[in-house]
Amino acid sequence: MIEVKNLYKNFGKLEVLKDINCRVALQEVVCVIGPSGSGKSTFLRCLNLLEEPTAGDIYIDGINLTDKNTNINAVRQDVGMVFQRFNLFPHKTALDNVCLAPMKVKKLSRDEAEKIARELLDKVGLSDKADVYPEQLSGGQQQRVAIARVLAMRPKVMLFDEPTSALDPEMVGEVLAVMKDLAREGMTMVVVTHEMGFAREVGDRVIFMDEGRLVEEGTPEQVFGNPQNERTRTFLGKIL
Amino acid sequence: MDVVIENLPVLIFQGAKITLQITIISVAIGCLLGLIGGLSRLSRRKVLRFLATAYVDFFRGTPLLVQIFIVYFGIPKLLMDLQSFMVDSYGMTPVADSFALPRFLAAVIACSLNSGAYVAEIFRAGVQSIERGQMEAARSLGMTHGQAMRYVILPQAFKRVIPPLGNEFIAMLKDTSLLSVIGFAELTRNGQLIIARTYESFAIWLTVGFIYLIMTFTLSRIVDYLERRYKTGD
Repeated sequence: MIEVKNLYKNFGKLEVLKDINCRVALQEVVCVIGPSGSGKSTFLRCLNLLEEPTAGDIYIDGINLTDKNTNINAVRQDVGMVFQRFNLFPHKTALDNVCLAPMKVKKLSRDEAEKIARELLDKVGLSDKADVYPEQLSGGQQQRVAIARVLAMRPKVMLFDEPTSALDPEMVGEVLAVMKDLAREGMTMVVVTHEMGFAREVGDRVIFMDEGRLVEEGTPEQVFGNPQNERTRTFLGKIL
Repeated sequence: MDVVIENLPVLIFQGAKITLQITIISVAIGCLLGLIGGLSRLSRRKVLRFLATAYVDFFRGTPLLVQIFIVYFGIPKLLMDLQSFMVDSYGMTPVADSFALPRFLAAVIACSLNSGAYVAEIFRAGVQSIERGQMEAARSLGMTHGQAMRYVILPQAFKRVIPPLGNEFIAMLKDTSLLSVIGFAELTRNGQLIIARTYESFAIWLTVGFIYLIMTFTLSRIVDYLERRYKTGD
């Protein structure tokens, strides 16, 4: 589903990503872990070209994102992204947040889009919040609306950029629960996270990144139970 | 006191009315120019950015009085010289005896161009004040840059620029007094004319000032109200 080959990303002289190679299979849940500044988020943001790679190739569903002729807007419809800070549109209600892209990008009618949006808000447990503006929602609720907003585009892949890092502890669970449901339903997911419990329980595979390199990857049992690389051991030793 | 009461209707129903009219028209056109200018300043196209920056720099960096002179006296003179050149060099038949602009048109052109430059900066700041995550969220859903601007960024930016736009309106209302130098019959010019007839400088200028004050005071209360209203829900 996703294939990354020799991906490099520089910010000026700073090398943020160095020679990343990896694959994500259909319906697989891959969790990316690592210390702050290790390039996890940048890596994720390269997967929908919010960051332009300096070198390398990224294939999603067979389409090369770094090819100049690729219509990136079309690819992004299939690659949803959930942000750390939710980024809901504050001038629109929860329902309209979910409806906007299907109406403007997929050209669905208001009725069609609303029907889908209501189903999805129901799915994330917020059917009673449809007409509420983001500022009146808690962080956890906002993030669930953001997930519904992404789902409304019927993406093939979902990218999660530390989706629970900006949440109060008591709200982390409700967001993780929604993500678990998605994983169970077979959504292909790449999740940058500090929630080791989630990575262990839901992840099919875990990638450990440090200093811009993909240091180690394997099943959660392998990476958490028997890490091969010294840096992985040091990192896990600090946080577990 | 009699002279004031006697001339008040003229000052209000000719002077202040024209002042308000020219301000509304100029700021309205200025908003349009400003939207184009502001977005051009943020464009990825270098040429567009350069043109918009040059426009903003020129009209914010030179006095409105000079701009009025250029439009009212300078441009007709330039066109006249151009015509003479064409007639002398290429035997073109003259198209006009004079290219003088009607005062109203010159006033609108000068004030609109001036206002547009200030409004461009207001819009640019407004758009830039919207968090980067908003654009990223919109683009990540598959929207084009234009769609993201139109449906996500601009609606939020418009809300934020209402107070500074109100202030621009108030500033322009006062600055239109400069149009008196080309004989445009707004409030200040009407005051001059009355004084030329009556010699009552103090009373009339005080009255003129007071009429401006009433207009700006009312407007600034409206701006305050809008500011308070839009502060919440942002």
